[in-house]
Amino acid sequence: MNTKEDRWLYTISPKQSLIHLNFKEIWQYRDLLFLFVKRDVITLYKQTILGPLWYFIQPLFTSVIFTLIFNNLAAIPTGEGIPAFLFNLAGITSWNYFSACLTGTSNTFTANQSIFGKVYFPRVITPLSVVFSNLLKFGIQLLVFICFYIYFIFFTDKASSAMPQMAILYLPVLIAFMGLFGLGFGMTISSMTTKYRDLSFLVGFGVQLLMYGSAVMYPLSYFKEKVPEYAWLIEYNPMTTIIEIFRYMTLGIGEFSLYKFIYAGSISIIFFLIGLIIFNKTEKSFIDTV
Amino acid sequence: MKDQDIILKAENISKQYRLGLVGTGTLSHDLNRWWSKIRGKEDPYLKVGEVNDRSSKGSSQYVWALKDINFEVKRGEVLGIIGKNGAGKSTLLKILSKVTSPTTGEIKTKGRIASLLEVGTGFHGEMTGRENIYLNGAILGMTKKEINLKIDEIIEFSGCQRYIDTPVKRYSSGMTVRLAFAVAAFLEPEILVIDEVLAVGDAEFQKKAIGKMQDISRGQGRTVLFVSHNMSAIKTLCTRGIVLEHGNIVFEGGSHESVEYYSKLSSSNSYVEAIHESYGDIISELNFEISRGNIKPDASFFIGDDMFFRLGFKVSSKMKNILISFNVLNYNNELISHISNEDSNYILNIEEVNSSVEICIKTDKILYIPGRYKLNLWIGDSKSNTLYTVENIFNFIIEQGNYTKRVRPLPKHSKVYLHSNWE
Repeated sequence: MNTKEDRWLYTISPKQSLIHLNFKEIWQYRDLLFLFVKRDVITLYKQTILGPLWYFIQPLFTSVIFTLIFNNLAAIPTGEGIPAFLFNLAGITSWNYFSACLTGTSNTFTANQSIFGKVYFPRVITPLSVVFSNLLKFGIQLLVFICFYIYFIFFTDKASSAMPQMAILYLPVLIAFMGLFGLGFGMTISSMTTKYRDLSFLVGFGVQLLMYGSAVMYPLSYFKEKVPEYAWLIEYNPMTTIIEIFRYMTLGIGEFSLYKFIYAGSISIIFFLIGLIIFNKTEKSFIDTV
Repeated sequence: MKDQDIILKAENISKQYRLGLVGTGTLSHDLNRWWSKIRGKEDPYLKVGEVNDRSSKGSSQYVWALKDINFEVKRGEVLGIIGKNGAGKSTLLKILSKVTSPTTGEIKTKGRIASLLEVGTGFHGEMTGRENIYLNGAILGMTKKEINLKIDEIIEFSGCQRYIDTPVKRYSSGMTVRLAFAVAAFLEPEILVIDEVLAVGDAEFQKKAIGKMQDISRGQGRTVLFVSHNMSAIKTLCTRGIVLEHGNIVFEGGSHESVEYYSKLSSSNSYVEAIHESYGDIISELNFEISRGNIKPDASFFIGDDMFFRLGFKVSSKMKNILISFNVLNYNNELISHISNEDSNYILNIEEVNSSVEICIKTDKILYIPGRYKLNLWIGDSKSNTLYTVENIFNFIIEQGNYTKRVRPLPKHSKVYLHSNWE
């Protein structure tokens, strides 16, 4: 009897295990992942005049505004010998990647229901493609950051104490953490929005609020000094840790310890796994509830 | 039937849907489900649920779109799935193509399933035809390598060579569909699930598409599951059919028998009633009878029988040269015969106001293939202006009888019996 059952290639059934990730299947669809990334990249700025320049404009202008408001007006110190503009650019570049992953994946099901309702492929390909296409965008923004870095070091004397640290070797790992964190968070939200649309409203301004809580435009140490009673809120936010580590790696300022690095990493991976479980549970029948 | 020939097997497939708005009470139902799951009990909402009849209002919020569906498909078979709107066809295809999962039951397969529920899924208007071939192909499960091998054939089949490097948003809708079908036609899964894609494109392309599908099933021995309302496509393409009604399989058999069963199903339910329409109120009180050899009204005939119609009506004004004609249609709504009073030079003049007319019409031997037929009536004035029409004025069945001496049934897809003498 057993051998008879084994002959079936696969079965479609309502039962589902907690994590049903068919890596072999995802591997088979790797070309689709690549094509989705390609589609996102080449179609994003079609019929715009500035085209890919928008990749530069957005972080630059945000940094300029932040510098004006938070550093010139509100006089938040960014550390001796670190130009405020560079400080903000570092924060925004890393924050942007996380927030793009989060918002981009958080509407996976609702935005793709017409495709998902017609044809089957491993659904997880879609959020993954968002993470990868944003990686490209992040790469470009990182280049902008590096260009300004070089400019400030070699052509001005404002960046006297900015210095990349040895820990920068771990930068790819840190980027992976950002991506996984955004992905896990986004997948959870996208799964829940299939039934409860309230969350999609939350994401929009939630991300904005979270930015203020993630030490993007101020150093964690300054917040601790000024508002010590709420500092733990900011400190235990894994994004704060990630951004602080990013600034430490590149500029040599901020708090860094191996313990923090591991903390950010494990939180990201836990979020990713939770997101994956919920996503998998949803993908089988979301088309009935969306 | 050899067991290893079965490539796909559906066992007790059911699918439950909740009616009304999702949102009100969703949370409470979810909590209820969760609570009974914790206590190890059965889902309380699985027990409720009614037969899915679209037209009658039920009391339960839950319906079974599919209920205990069982069927088997053999390798190389083309299975047609037919049924009225809302019978559960699309739900079944969605389950087969893994878009949604069944509430209960299992489907076991021995091959990859690719589905074509709608052509052009995932087409992006900003991308060129060529780029979209790759993207769409990948969505349907092809690898880049496979597409590279076939891209020239795909472009050729689509007939869009000239536009292939133009963004798809500049395409006409027909061209988009051609391109999309071309991609799908070159898929190579063991089992292909197709929903109504032939309803698009011009006649030339439809022919091409049907030909391609025949190649797929016959030439390459692949299995196809095909849903359509196009009965002649079902008959040409499919080897077997199942008829769904209210989420149940009500018939399973050859494709011709299935189509016939389905048309009986739809005619016995809805359009057996005659639809009278009068234009200008000149003709009224119409009555109609059909009889065999002047005995009594009857709805069943044998091949070779004569038919007698008796038609009566009232005409309110004086008229010259009234035209009367009947259309005989088969269950596919194909026109089989057109008969008219002009056939025998019968001239009907009304000399007085409000006079009653009684006409007897006799046809010679009917030579239709056994099956179900219906009659439509048309009455007009001498300038062919319509005065009165009746759709479905009569339904009748032709049986084989012994006019032909053959014992085996006449082929169902033939249209007219031609009597022949062999010496």
